[in-house]
Amino acid sequence: MPGSRFGAYTDAMPKVSFTSALARFVPVPSVTTEGATVRAALDRVFADHQKLRGYVLDDQGALRRHVIVYVNGKPVGDRVGLSDAVGAADEIYVFQALSGG
Amino acid sequence: MSERIYVGSRKGLFTLARGKGGWDVEALDFLAEPVSAILPQDDGTLTVALDLGHFGNKFWRRKPGGAWEERPVPAFPAKPEDAADDPHPWSVGKVWAFADGGVKGRIWAGAIPAGLFRSDDGGDSWTLIRALWDIPERRQWQGGGTDQPGLHSILVDPRDPEHVVVAVSSGGAWTTRDGGKSWTVTSKGMYAEYMPPERREDPIAQDPHLLAQCAAKPDVMWCQHHNGTFRSTDGGMTWAEITAIAPSKFGFAVAAHPTDPQTAWFVPAVKDEKRVPVDGKVVVARTRDGGRSFDVLRAGLPQRHAYDLVWRHALDVDATGQRLAFGSTSGGLWTSENGGDSWTALDARLPPISVIRYARA
Repeated sequence: MPGSRFGAYTDAMPKVSFTSALARFVPVPSVTTEGATVRAALDRVFADHQKLRGYVLDDQGALRRHVIVYVNGKPVGDRVGLSDAVGAADEIYVFQALSGG
Repeated sequence: MSERIYVGSRKGLFTLARGKGGWDVEALDFLAEPVSAILPQDDGTLTVALDLGHFGNKFWRRKPGGAWEERPVPAFPAKPEDAADDPHPWSVGKVWAFADGGVKGRIWAGAIPAGLFRSDDGGDSWTLIRALWDIPERRQWQGGGTDQPGLHSILVDPRDPEHVVVAVSSGGAWTTRDGGKSWTVTSKGMYAEYMPPERREDPIAQDPHLLAQCAAKPDVMWCQHHNGTFRSTDGGMTWAEITAIAPSKFGFAVAAHPTDPQTAWFVPAVKDEKRVPVDGKVVVARTRDGGRSFDVLRAGLPQRHAYDLVWRHALDVDATGQRLAFGSTSGGLWTSENGGDSWTALDARLPPISVIRYARA
């Protein structure tokens, strides 16, 4: 992604993990995927795990209110567009926010 | 008579079965998950809506003899560019009400925010009823006990499945006669004395908490409103206040007798700022004369320091009109076998109860 802190990655292979709290409902993969943004990386995962999408994103594709996505331990800044850049060495972690009870 | 009661709670779905010793818990599904709506259908299919704290609205369905399977949920379409100032999110928070559409495969679902959705393929896919969502007045709908307005009542005319009456907290009652293609506000006669004087009778400012319909005489409908109780005898086109109800006119739940248009049950509470039973005594108010008079039924119900509130979907009557069940925010559950004359408490301390439905099959 131009101008991002990681520069442009065409061969980005971030790792995506999901909270085990989701495993009650759907299979949760822990996968290495492709994509230069959180959105792109998650979309690739959801393409193979379609049911998972609705657990993480709302009807408009934004993060659900009580879901947090961390990149290398930092919450993403753009919860709506998920435009935060990610690179090959990054780890994306999808977590249930404590605000959700 | 129905031999099963489905109880949707803050912590799962309880199934009650009637045995020799009375009603008892037969099964517990989805332990820990909030249940927001239940749809038992005539063929024995059961659909439940879960309102997961983190992960949103989810549907699960069980066919007779089958296993639970997750099912597609309704969703709003992409929010248009010109809707940036829309006060309501274009994303389903939870599904609050189901109704069998009276046509094979048709199911209605009402949500918070107050979108109405329809499936014509047994729940394989859902469509937002744009004609209702797009009415300009929708932007005036407000939350009623929730941040966003919610569509909680869906009455499908047994004589004509294209004729549907819905109600919104807080946004009035609305009627379609063409299966959802066009809508008219039908709250005439309801009034809200807590509103500014010029909005008191505004049909869009009404907060019907629940509508209930007499299945055998569908023109008769009952309404527990934020401001009192009302009855319609013209299919919900106009409403007349019922003033005889006791011990109070506030409440959430109402159940209509399936065959007797003169009979309905309410569960009154102290009005809005308190929302507890009057004097700490749980009672059911029953009319058998169309609302002219009420019996205050209390046999078998807690009459000392009881602070059980009964939410709008947590009272149901079976197809005979003899069996009733209701559940409370404190997890109390009571059943009656004689139209409410006497009640039996379930020997359990359940989680807060949001919805109760008798099995249809």
